[in-house]
Amino acid sequence: MRFLLSDEQREFGRTLNALLGAAGTPAAVRAWASGDHKPGRALWARLAEAGVFGLAVPEEHGGMGLLPLELTVAFCELGRHAVPGPLAETVAAAVFLHRLGDGAAAGEWLPRIASGEAVVGLCAGSPYALDADAADTVFVIQDGVARRTGRHGPVQPSLDPARRLSRPLDGTVLVRGPAVAAAAAPALDLARLVTAAQSLGLGRALLTATVDHARQRTQFHAPIGSFQAVKHRLADTLIGLEFAQPLVHAAALAVAAGAPAAGREIAAAKVAAGEAAYAAARTALQLHGALGYTEELDLSLWIRKARALRDAWGTPAECRARVLAGAGASAEGPL
Amino acid sequence: MDLDFTPAEDAFRAEARAWLAAHVPAAPLPSLETAEGFAAHREWERQLAADRWSVVSWPEELGGRGASLFEWLAFEEEYYAAGAPGRVGQNGISLLAPTLFEHGTDAQRARVLGPMASGEVIWAQAWSEPESGSDLASLRSTAVRTAGGWLLSGQKTWSSRAAFADRAFGLFRSEQGTARPHQGLTYLMFPLDAPGVTVRPIGRLDGKPAFAELFLDEVFVPDADVIGEPGQGWRVAMSTAGNERGLTLRSPGRFTAAAGRLTALWRSAGDPSDTALRDRVADAVIGARAYQLFTYAHASRLAAGGSIGAESSLNKVFWSELDIALHETALDLLGPYGTLADDADDAPGQGSWADGYTFSLAGPIYAGTNEIQRDIVAERLLGLPKGRRA
Repeated sequence: MRFLLSDEQREFGRTLNALLGAAGTPAAVRAWASGDHKPGRALWARLAEAGVFGLAVPEEHGGMGLLPLELTVAFCELGRHAVPGPLAETVAAAVFLHRLGDGAAAGEWLPRIASGEAVVGLCAGSPYALDADAADTVFVIQDGVARRTGRHGPVQPSLDPARRLSRPLDGTVLVRGPAVAAAAAPALDLARLVTAAQSLGLGRALLTATVDHARQRTQFHAPIGSFQAVKHRLADTLIGLEFAQPLVHAAALAVAAGAPAAGREIAAAKVAAGEAAYAAARTALQLHGALGYTEELDLSLWIRKARALRDAWGTPAECRARVLAGAGASAEGPL
Repeated sequence: MDLDFTPAEDAFRAEARAWLAAHVPAAPLPSLETAEGFAAHREWERQLAADRWSVVSWPEELGGRGASLFEWLAFEEEYYAAGAPGRVGQNGISLLAPTLFEHGTDAQRARVLGPMASGEVIWAQAWSEPESGSDLASLRSTAVRTAGGWLLSGQKTWSSRAAFADRAFGLFRSEQGTARPHQGLTYLMFPLDAPGVTVRPIGRLDGKPAFAELFLDEVFVPDADVIGEPGQGWRVAMSTAGNERGLTLRSPGRFTAAAGRLTALWRSAGDPSDTALRDRVADAVIGARAYQLFTYAHASRLAAGGSIGAESSLNKVFWSELDIALHETALDLLGPYGTLADDADDAPGQGSWADGYTFSLAGPIYAGTNEIQRDIVAERLLGLPKGRRA
């Protein structure tokens, strides 16, 4: 056993971290929230160039094949920088298209997803599609029917302005019947997995920013980070994130191996990472005080996203129920 | 990255599983916090040792199997999954033995480890004192030089297992007036039946004498029972606190097995419409899996030549809180039976939930309180400034 990321995987994460750190990401998030998708699309193209979207696209369509572990590494960095856009949706749509057996749709969209040319929405289990106004197309999975549409209703303001929600409208039917559910299951599991990874990175960034603040901010003639109440809250935040991370990696390994327990491993990872990142957001807000409650501070971009990611592609309650579905049947493995 | 055990490790696991299936007592042993239970658990240690299962990670010549860290983890998973008894020898095996391996002499290892492995000698720890808990370095019990050894005097307390144990190990002040409190301490081993030792058992919350106070009045200890150099006791004690102990004090197998039992209990006794309770069961399963995976990652880092320091404080907080939450959930699932003691005639046969619950409540306190662990996490892992504690 070697339950550690390889040097190459670590390097991939470092490269993305450096790229996103130097790309003016917070400004792109703010522009995205106001409906200006240009800086976000430019960022999207650079991520594609770095290979992010190809990690969910088969080789025959210009990708690397499905590499779940590398996807979690990438999405952790996307979360760390609060990158806007239908990121989980696009990679999940790639898996859906590959599995759906609609050769024309796959041939049309998968190469464009891999190259970053296409920003793709995915709507399933919710009336809303994320960022349909920015997407080139939206795939809709509803009542055993797969549709594709370019039309959507008005954007509904949400608690995270950089997550723009709207109802997809009309569309062309691609496939009907049991093939839809069969293709949707692994796609939705992947959306859940990469959302967990995104939460993890988001939580790490919130913790780092808050630790920095607690070391610098002085009250009662001492850095507030020297007070035990502050320290312990930050320690608990780190503990939550540290114990969520191996769940995310193990879930990715389970997907890669096609393990029967993969869905339950993913659900466990989603609960742990989503809750840990949300707790990190609460800690960040509390320890930054009134400053943290302002939109002006870039920290708000991370704080707002934490709640949305916690609930996207599987609320904690749904995921907890999934963890126990079949648990204890020993053939399913350790979880 | 992988989570695969090697064929050799799998074979080791299978051998352990077969042995446990053939030997684990069908009925649970009486609580090891009673005289009768202590004797039964000691006998179980003897049985384990007879087939070389008591200290699998030790070298073969000392009664072990030279098991790797991963083999040890696999053994522990099998051990607790089989519902095998708690380890009455744990204090010695997980705390004293690593210290002897690192700082002891060949003669000490030859003399001490064999009887420890067989359960012939059960060890208690003697760290805390009435005025020295979290601030352990302030301890005042003394070791005074005498011909051929030392005379120990003072009072130790919260000494786990000491009510029935044979020997103890701990820190004593051998030099007064040092610049800093953790200087001038010496790590010593001493018999609990020696002249000058008085053991006063203390009942824990449920009344069972799980620990004791030790009163020491010029108890003679030969030089041969000093571990490491006199005056270097703090360094000797702490060197194994972070690394080995962080990983081996509470193995993930305990919690994965308990979470499995909890899931079975929920399936048999849970109300499917009670989603609040269902969520707590799920959280126990998730927590146990997280702790297992976190440990696999740590073990991988050690196997790759890395080390573990303050990270062990993350462990301690996590498993101790997981343990309480898990047992509280079990008690809630049992409803009116939840508060029955394990030895009550009416206690349901669902595993040792009441005893385990009481034991779990101590977790955030012993082995360094969780407040101290959070300070360590904040200061050493997050780089926050030291506060008033320093």
